[in-house]
Amino acid sequence: MKFSIRKFYYGDIPDEKSGGTDYRAKEDAATWPLWEVFIRSKQGLDHKHVGSLHAADAKMAIENARDVYTRRMEGVSIWVVESKYITATNPEEAGELYEPAVDKIYRHPMFYKLPDEVNHM
Amino acid sequence: MAAAAQEKIFTTKIETEEKIEPKDWMPDAYRKTNLRQISQHAHSEIVGMLPEGNWITRAPSLKRKAILLAKVQDEAGHGLYLYSAAETLGMSRDEMINSLHEGKAKYSSIFNYPTLTWADMGAIGWLVDGAAILNQVMLCRTSYGPYARAMVRICKEESFHQRQGFEILWVLSNGNAEQKAMCQDAINRWWWPSLMMFGPTDSESTNSDQSMKWKIKRKSNDELRQQFVDMCVEQVKVLGMQLPDEKIKWNEKRKHYDFGEIDWNEFWNVVKGNGPCNKERLAARRKAHEEGQWVREAAMAFAAKRNTKKTAA
Repeated sequence: MKFSIRKFYYGDIPDEKSGGTDYRAKEDAATWPLWEVFIRSKQGLDHKHVGSLHAADAKMAIENARDVYTRRMEGVSIWVVESKYITATNPEEAGELYEPAVDKIYRHPMFYKLPDEVNHM
Repeated sequence: MAAAAQEKIFTTKIETEEKIEPKDWMPDAYRKTNLRQISQHAHSEIVGMLPEGNWITRAPSLKRKAILLAKVQDEAGHGLYLYSAAETLGMSRDEMINSLHEGKAKYSSIFNYPTLTWADMGAIGWLVDGAAILNQVMLCRTSYGPYARAMVRICKEESFHQRQGFEILWVLSNGNAEQKAMCQDAINRWWWPSLMMFGPTDSESTNSDQSMKWKIKRKSNDELRQQFVDMCVEQVKVLGMQLPDEKIKWNEKRKHYDFGEIDWNEFWNVVKGNGPCNKERLAARRKAHEEGQWVREAAMAFAAKRNTKKTAA
């Protein structure tokens, strides 16, 4: 496939137009790990994934999450977990993975035809 | 799965307005375009803190200082949402920051203009954030999931920025002659660079616009720019000020305001690094990063020490 992207939007300036400098960044020896952040927006609701951030440890991850994701009272409780501990499904295997649920329509209430008098059941 | 089959799934998702998520298959060019756009957007938020940070200690009252501080903190937050969205495409945060500092990655060239007076804080909020909002509202519907979600979050916070900016100008426009002049001067200096924020005109782009096809972008540069002009022409009347363009005139046929020619030489000059503050902005970013090096190292060393203690106990 051949692509030509010639349109330069705000925030999308092509590298060849960027000028460049002689400055070379130093290798950073201390990269903070990545954490996923989950926030309960109010009492009674589930924690929901809101994004991620970098922090040296769990305590700092919580403090950073407070500053980054709850500046306007968006949460009453925060969970953080280091991203490397999350195991996720693979979209390519979605077919096989969810296949067992596909043909079991009798798990849904509307599968059952009832007389009109009790059909609101 | 064969590449052709995966591409078919991808295309169908784009067509049916289903979002693309990090682990989904996507064409390399889609990944690259998103990565470049999201990281440049993140850099813009981070560098965007500098022109305003310049005024935090000099804002005219405690209230204004607190507001400006909150706004600058929001920009930092926006940068962080966007960096984490960009990271889902497979580039590390370090790599992104390094390419900014090495001048390889770009940020919005509007931030290469200096903030000379207090009224500039108002003009930035009204015009610069106003222009950014039009872009960002459109990007809430962009096809890459993490980018769209970050934009929704940002848009919720951004309207405070624009309103506080307009309010600064509105107060000045009701002040004494000097304050009014300061207000007009800031509008004069920020108007044209704000129009440039939308990028070159549509006619300069080739006919195949992949970003539009992929629904990364949904409106053309000129469409957004026109929307912005139409909006500002009305708003500036409330301030009793003028936009510095004699060619602004209602066009009954188009049902839009006509406006003057943008100086694209200036735009490319600033993009290439020759704007009034390019060097200063990059130098400030590098300095902050370099001087923060020992803090990052110390925090990691402290975390490691605490971990060993925990394991030993």
